[in-house]
Amino acid sequence: MPGFRLEQGGLIDRSTPLNFRFDGKSMSGFAGDTLASALLANGVQLMGRSFKYHRPRGVYGSGSEEPNALMTLGRGQEEESNLRATMVDLYDGLDARSQNAWPSLNLDLLSANSMISAFLPAGFYYKIFLGSANFWLLPEYFIRRAAGLGYPNALDNEDDFQHHYQHCDVLVAGGGTSGLAAALAAARSGASVVIVDEHARLGGQGLWRNAEERVFVDAALSELEANPKIKVLTRTTAWGHYDDNMVACIQIEGDPGAPLAPHQPRARAWHMRAQRVIYATGAIERPLVFANNDRPGVMLAHAAGSFASKFGVLIGKRILLATNNDDSYAHASILAQAGAEVTLLDARSAVSAALTAQAKAAQVDLRLGQTVLAAKAGKAGPSAAEIGALDGKSSSLIDCDAIASSGGWSPSIHLHSHTGGKAEWRDDLQAFVAGKRLQEGVTVGAAAGLFGAQDALASGWQQGLAAAQDLGHHQASGEAPRLELAEAPTTTIMPLWSCPKPKILKGKAFVDFQNDASASDVAMANQEGYRSVEHLKRYTTLGMGTDQGKTSNINGHALLAEAQGRAIAEVGTTTFRPPYSPVTLGAFGGPHTGMAFAPIRRTPMQALHAAAGASFVEAGLWYRAEWYSRPGEDMWASIKREALNVRQAVGMCDVSTLGKIDVQGPDAQEFIQRLYCNGMKTLPVGKVRYGLMLRDDGMVFDDGTVARLADQHYYMTTTTAKAAAVLAHMEYHLDVVWPDLKVRVASITDQWAGMSIAGPRSREMLQAALPGLDLSNEGLPFMGFLDTELNGLPIRLLRISFSGELAYEVHTPSRFGPQVWQVLEQVGQDFGLMAYGTEALGALRIEKGHVAGGELDGRTTPADMGLGKMVAKKKDFIGRLGLMREGLSRDDRPRLVGLMPADGRSKFVAGSQLTEAKSVGGFGQITKSLGWVSSAHFSVEHGCTIALGFVENGDRRHGETLYAASPLDGLHVPVTLVSPHMIDPQGERQHG
Amino acid sequence: MMLIPCPWCGPRAESEFTYIGDARRQRPDTSALEVSPEALQAHSDYVYLRDNPKGWHQEYWQHSSGCRAHLKVERNVVDHRIRASVKADEALPSFPEGR
Ligand SMILES: [Zn+2]
Repeated sequence: MPGFRLEQGGLIDRSTPLNFRFDGKSMSGFAGDTLASALLANGVQLMGRSFKYHRPRGVYGSGSEEPNALMTLGRGQEEESNLRATMVDLYDGLDARSQNAWPSLNLDLLSANSMISAFLPAGFYYKIFLGSANFWLLPEYFIRRAAGLGYPNALDNEDDFQHHYQHCDVLVAGGGTSGLAAALAAARSGASVVIVDEHARLGGQGLWRNAEERVFVDAALSELEANPKIKVLTRTTAWGHYDDNMVACIQIEGDPGAPLAPHQPRARAWHMRAQRVIYATGAIERPLVFANNDRPGVMLAHAAGSFASKFGVLIGKRILLATNNDDSYAHASILAQAGAEVTLLDARSAVSAALTAQAKAAQVDLRLGQTVLAAKAGKAGPSAAEIGALDGKSSSLIDCDAIASSGGWSPSIHLHSHTGGKAEWRDDLQAFVAGKRLQEGVTVGAAAGLFGAQDALASGWQQGLAAAQDLGHHQASGEAPRLELAEAPTTTIMPLWSCPKPKILKGKAFVDFQNDASASDVAMANQEGYRSVEHLKRYTTLGMGTDQGKTSNINGHALLAEAQGRAIAEVGTTTFRPPYSPVTLGAFGGPHTGMAFAPIRRTPMQALHAAAGASFVEAGLWYRAEWYSRPGEDMWASIKREALNVRQAVGMCDVSTLGKIDVQGPDAQEFIQRLYCNGMKTLPVGKVRYGLMLRDDGMVFDDGTVARLADQHYYMTTTTAKAAAVLAHMEYHLDVVWPDLKVRVASITDQWAGMSIAGPRSREMLQAALPGLDLSNEGLPFMGFLDTELNGLPIRLLRISFSGELAYEVHTPSRFGPQVWQVLEQVGQDFGLMAYGTEALGALRIEKGHVAGGELDGRTTPADMGLGKMVAKKKDFIGRLGLMREGLSRDDRPRLVGLMPADGRSKFVAGSQLTEAKSVGGFGQITKSLGWVSSAHFSVEHGCTIALGFVENGDRRHGETLYAASPLDGLHVPVTLVSPHMIDPQGERQHG
Repeated sequence: MMLIPCPWCGPRAESEFTYIGDARRQRPDTSALEVSPEALQAHSDYVYLRDNPKGWHQEYWQHSSGCRAHLKVERNVVDHRIRASVKADEALPSFPEGR
């Protein structure tokens, strides 16, 4: 008979029934239940299907180690998959569904995989690729359908996730007996303490194992509650221990699958920074490896005990419990006292008199030297088991309706391991414990291999005191808590890794339940040469499920060691890495989503652009006006109109996004001189100069303008994209390379608005706006600037050109930006002024052959861009020696060229490769690339696509034809190499 | 996540900083206009060569989301312990071997 609820006992509240559904069936449980205990109480044994073979599975553990009972909860927005039924607290209305079964849990057609398991051996995922290239496509199709767990929720997650930052003296991870003792000791000494536990209530096994321990737990809990120095976080998992004692915790706030209350987060991510960390993380039981040990109704010994004692649910009436260690006697007693008929098989031929007496007193049928060899499947759970001696020679059948097993306990040393701490094998425990540590973390209790409650308490208390004292707190006053057990528990164990020996196993015996890795898979991996535990893991996927091998790793590694005739200590264990248990992705992002993740930077004139019909384009965090639509225009019509208007009349463009840096100090001149590769020393006050900045390796870093405001005061602009990088570059050189230079730099990008006014009528227009000024070539020559006022608003007027036209830039403190823009727009009406966006700007600068982001890609030198003459010969600057390297002065380097379609009309695109091949070859055919197209745009001046690009010797190949190939766009266009100055090569317009 | 002691701001989370690089690398003085092959080699080594020591490592960090100062930190790249941090133009204290 499957599981059922007991009349009494457990920590559940029988006066508060809760209704829930599983696979559409209505069921009920009680407050205090987990989904797993409630399902068992309703007689449900079959809870899911396995990952690879779709074998029927039931709940196996009692906590976060659960490999099998993974469920999907909730619907729609709330739907969440792969939740461990053992970790879900039952709530009214809970809606759970099983996973990985098709069409239904009871009739799963894909369980045929079980029958073809011979064809899915260890290393299958690798072996499949050894066949012909196409062979794997067929099984791949089926495997993709069959494999896997639940589905991710495809809807946008609108849940709230919060981040918290908490500092404390002592963080205690785990709220069992040892953790409680540690927290009390540290807090009584005066230290601030945070204690976290993954379950809904603190206490661990102390809550249900025996009455004496319960007394201690209850007293400790009331003391914790009363002490303001202790912060208690339940449903909170310490999942990762990082540098400098930062412990990452996840607190489940909203019930999974349930709608959230107003302002309730789904989960909280805690960034705990502790002076000392105490790992009271307990231990994880591992199963025995025997045939069909994965059937529903088979589970871990302590899980069977905890379901009975903590939740008042008995997993069967006739329970078979197989073990190799002392701990199981307590669970056998609990089950027997709850009314089950219990047969305890202990593989050891002799045990202490105390244990035999304990079994006898509880009316447990103890059989020494016997173990379980195979579970016999009944309808869902087992109907019987084959039992016998370990040599497997003689066996008999025994009726049972549930099987529990224990292969011993593995301390949870995950957090210790996260910080680089080593694992040490102990033969007396048959387990790895924490070895050498690198951070201020100590293990206590079962996590330290102290499996008895008294020892656990003592170690927690002692380490709690030590941590507080270490931090300068005084010894705690008052009595240490005591725990008087009638009989001190013993913890002896015999090594037992399969029942019987691997070669004579009586069927498929599982090691890793979640990833369907069996004892025979381990044997095969070893046979095929995968001899290290890390190779074993990757070859068989053992330990790679969402449970990270909590119940399986040690068994797998021991079987590998046994197969090699080596000691487990020698074979070692794989490294634990965070997270300890699955962490919902939303918790990592926390509130940093949308605008809180990537805020929008708006220029001061943004609203004016929007009102004028602008479309915006993202440039980093900025949104720049890309073009301004007028009624009846499509995108291209707008762009062409704007570009043409700059060439024919005058246009205005928002350039506020340019980086702006204020440079001041007695050595400002010297610094600017070293920063740019072109001469800056002679730049007089009142003049502005174009500047090219290199990296130390000689490649161009950025370009921009430098205006000298005063003897020791410069105003620099950078490109929009490199603004932050240029500032950091300057700060680095001032702080680290030339700390003797007396210079200060500050970003003033956000403090200044900028607009470019370009076109043949720009001077006329500005003259009208600024009637008192002389804007002639004498009054404001090319590359001159002056600070003045426009309608009483302060402006800086610079005569610089990016478009190749007669052009100016007007800069003004950000708060005046919109007003200045509007005044200029008003004045400009008489001169045909139109706003233009970044598309037209791009087209104009390509026509002029001005380099920008596409050309400044970190691989090009000044000479590559035809700017070699700018490089100063008689001064030192960043990148000077880099440029002298042989490879950078070679003749055949790629050089900047202009590109036009040979037929005068075909479109081609940036990113194309330039080649001599007349056609795009077939797949795998290789043609030599002679260069690439770096920027391309439609040119109003030429009426076709024009582009800039780089070609070997390009500057000497004007007139030649190459092909711009972009297989991704299906384009292969003959293009003619021309001078990059595709308009006004002499620069008469901008100087005009 | 490491806690990096900024000489101006005190211990702050690693996420506020930008790693800059090996602090024992000194940029050779390039001010002489004549460049010898040796000077070119030294500069090239400075740009391209990095040691990858196991253990203590002197390195520059910038407190980029803080005061923006550069600092010199001595950090053990094996276990991420930091035993000293000073302003960029100051010398790190010396430690006895093996500490
Ligand atoms: Zn700082």
